[in-house]
Amino acid sequence: MKRLMCLLLLAVLALAPSGARAQSSDDALAALASPSFDTIRRGIEQLTLSGDPRSLPIIVALQGGRLFARADHVLSIKLDDGTFVDAASGKPAPDVMASALKQVRMNNPVRGAVDAALGSLRLFAADPATRLTAAEAVFHSHDPSALPALHKAIAKEPDAGVKARMEQARSAAALYADDTKEADRLAAVEVIKARGDLDSRALLDGLSNQSPAVAKAAAAAIASIDRVLQLWSILQSVYYGLSLGSVLLLAAAGLAITFGVMGVINMAHGEMVMLGAYVTFMVQQAIRSAAPGLFGASLLISVPLAFIVAGIVGIIIERTLIRWLYGRPLETLLATWGLSLVLQQAVRSIFGADNRNVGSPDWMSGATQLGGLTITFNRLYIIIFSAMVVAALMAALRYTSLGLRMRAVTQNRRMAAAMGIRTPWIDALTFGLGSGVAGMAGVALSQIDNVSPNLGQGYIIDSFMVVVFGGVGNLWGTVVGALTLGVVNKFLEPVAGAVLAKIFVLVLLILFIQRRPRGMFPLKGRAVET
Amino acid sequence: MTKLSATGTLVLMLGGAVLLAVLNLTTPPTAELHVSTYVVSLVGKYLCFAMLALAVDLVWGFGGILSLGHAAFFALGGYAMGMYLMRSIGARGVYGNAMLPDFMVFLGWHELPWYWHGFDWFVFAAVMVVLVPGILALVFGWLAFRSRVTGVYLSIITQALTYALLLAFFRNDMGFGGNNGMTDFKTIVGFDVQAETTRCALLVITAAFLCVQFLVARYLVGSRFGKVLIAVRDAEARTRFLGYRPESYKLVVWVLSAIMAGIGGALYVPQVGIINPSEFSPANSIEAVIWVAVGGRGTLCGAILGAVLVNLGKTYFTSVLPELWLFALGALFIFVTLFLPRGVMGLVVHRTPRDVAEPTPVESAAREVTG
Repeated sequence: MKRLMCLLLLAVLALAPSGARAQSSDDALAALASPSFDTIRRGIEQLTLSGDPRSLPIIVALQGGRLFARADHVLSIKLDDGTFVDAASGKPAPDVMASALKQVRMNNPVRGAVDAALGSLRLFAADPATRLTAAEAVFHSHDPSALPALHKAIAKEPDAGVKARMEQARSAAALYADDTKEADRLAAVEVIKARGDLDSRALLDGLSNQSPAVAKAAAAAIASIDRVLQLWSILQSVYYGLSLGSVLLLAAAGLAITFGVMGVINMAHGEMVMLGAYVTFMVQQAIRSAAPGLFGASLLISVPLAFIVAGIVGIIIERTLIRWLYGRPLETLLATWGLSLVLQQAVRSIFGADNRNVGSPDWMSGATQLGGLTITFNRLYIIIFSAMVVAALMAALRYTSLGLRMRAVTQNRRMAAAMGIRTPWIDALTFGLGSGVAGMAGVALSQIDNVSPNLGQGYIIDSFMVVVFGGVGNLWGTVVGALTLGVVNKFLEPVAGAVLAKIFVLVLLILFIQRRPRGMFPLKGRAVET
Repeated sequence: MTKLSATGTLVLMLGGAVLLAVLNLTTPPTAELHVSTYVVSLVGKYLCFAMLALAVDLVWGFGGILSLGHAAFFALGGYAMGMYLMRSIGARGVYGNAMLPDFMVFLGWHELPWYWHGFDWFVFAAVMVVLVPGILALVFGWLAFRSRVTGVYLSIITQALTYALLLAFFRNDMGFGGNNGMTDFKTIVGFDVQAETTRCALLVITAAFLCVQFLVARYLVGSRFGKVLIAVRDAEARTRFLGYRPESYKLVVWVLSAIMAGIGGALYVPQVGIINPSEFSPANSIEAVIWVAVGGRGTLCGAILGAVLVNLGKTYFTSVLPELWLFALGALFIFVTLFLPRGVMGLVVHRTPRDVAEPTPVESAAREVTG
């Protein structure tokens, strides 16, 4: 008999919540129709805790001022088209008379309750993204009143990712609740530490007034988070550095051919880059007027065109100007500087001195999050593009017959000529190749820099620095030089500021050239002392 | 260079300057022979540029060091003078603050930075005009020549030097007026900088300094030192094997040249009334090189002539056809290097053994073969 009683009692206890829930949500609905603000507020809280699926639309309607009550406490929701539905059943209520209805009123405490209720209720929304946002919102507010709802939500959450976020939110709220036990607090600190972002750090930072054990655990967690964050920020700096380095690499790759391989000081190199950027501009103008659908491919079309245009200009320069100046590097420098002035002024006369608008295709914009790293797509594509350009250049020099001849001519001009290589043509083509690569760089740089006649000016000194730093006549040296300079620059920036970082890098380079006048990877052998 | 052309240069410069000054001061503005104050300042500016050209010619034409950063020394001298002129404004600035220059008041500074102390005195500033470019050149040159950085590499790091200084002086935190630089000067050693008499005096002083620099340079290149210097230019390795230390010769001429450029800059600032970071821009340095190339590298008269000619052209073009100036300048670079390797002086003056400027054709060919 006693056992029977126990069983009965258990059964009642087990049944009670569901019965009580329906009961309580109906009570809550009735409370919403009350004229007293206090009752309404309590009704909202009750409704939230009930976990009733009807709660969300009702509270949303209340927030929007679309919840109406009849004198007999029956609630209706007004739809956008002016018709009403019954709040309790969710069915249309065509017989409801608008004149018999009274809007449920709100004051500031009620509004506060509505906001909190919506936050909790969204934890039960059907859409996982909404639930995730709700969990995040609770994490940031760490409002202990959301705890009961969170407990329930966690119990029925199917998505593991969302569940983890909810648990973090619960830990955050628990830490700020008065009645949490110390062991639970310590566990909560661990959960938040595992989350490990800046928000967690801020949350833990506010725990210093808690019991010594918790405060100590929080301090330890902050230290650990700081370590992790620092690691990510180093990685982020490396990424920015690589991206700057690949820009430098693109600008310098052509110069590594004309200056590094041929020994021609081409001060108009920057203008080849500028020409490439203007080719991009013209291609985009043509596409905008003729075939707007192709805009996404405009850069892909521009790359070969820029290569050809800049390459042809390069060949013309070599044939008309530079070939008269071989063996006189300082004169070459002056003549090509003059040429760069002429090219700049020519572009300024044709296109105007203002910046031209070069658009980015959709696939270039946006960013993605990789752990603690923010990876912007345009930078990522530039890194990939510069890697491809350098790889293609190396392959061309190593495996094509033109590349073979180029290397032959640079190594021993007379012997190459004796073997039947037309050295003047090879000179022209090599110079054209270097200029063409600069043109391709211009396509990429048009995406991150202002397209103006002065575009090339900004890169010329940097490019020479990269080539000299890496070691003349050595493409690998250029790659390593560009990436090193980029990364060093980005690591100095947070410490010293952008301009000072740049100055430091220049001074470091000047000092470096003192120590190793031939760069990091100098050429060895007889060719050195010329 | 013949004795005659040297004397001629001196007489022309000093006499011309005095004549301009006298005509400006004694004739009424309506007279036919009157020279306006604008022209006086303009000629003064040209003569300052001529000092820079002379400095570049000394290192490039005689030492074989192509500096693409000489305008940095010019600008540093200018800044030293500019700081003195700023201090002598006193309480006459916009903010009426006797303790601080206007731009520092504007930046909310309360105290004069330590490196501004002393610039209240002209003598101190004059010493700095010599010391600052000189010490920078000494350090830079000592590092560069000791490790045998030569040719194009040296050119590129000189360019990096002036570029770094350009970026540095653009910063407001440096305490040199940021990108606005320094301007609005009132007096120099008690005289109104705007006054005609001051302008004329500055012109004559500039011409006198230029003559002194010319004589010093002429003495230097004519001396035994100059002969070794030319030997270093033409065959550095051979000179070294003969027992000379090329780096010492280069360093001396490099520092002297920097000081000459600094003095040019110091005289330039009161005459144009402004100094700002754009004076450091690499383009300015390269323009100075082209003055020398146009006039005739390796001839001292040529450097002065080139500076005056190119700047006359610049003044004319930028007022009449501003679009065309860069075309003209660019074409000048190309034309001179291709067709006039010895500049205008190469057309006028016969070669004398002292003025051998170019490596012999045999040497160039040898370089091309091995390179």
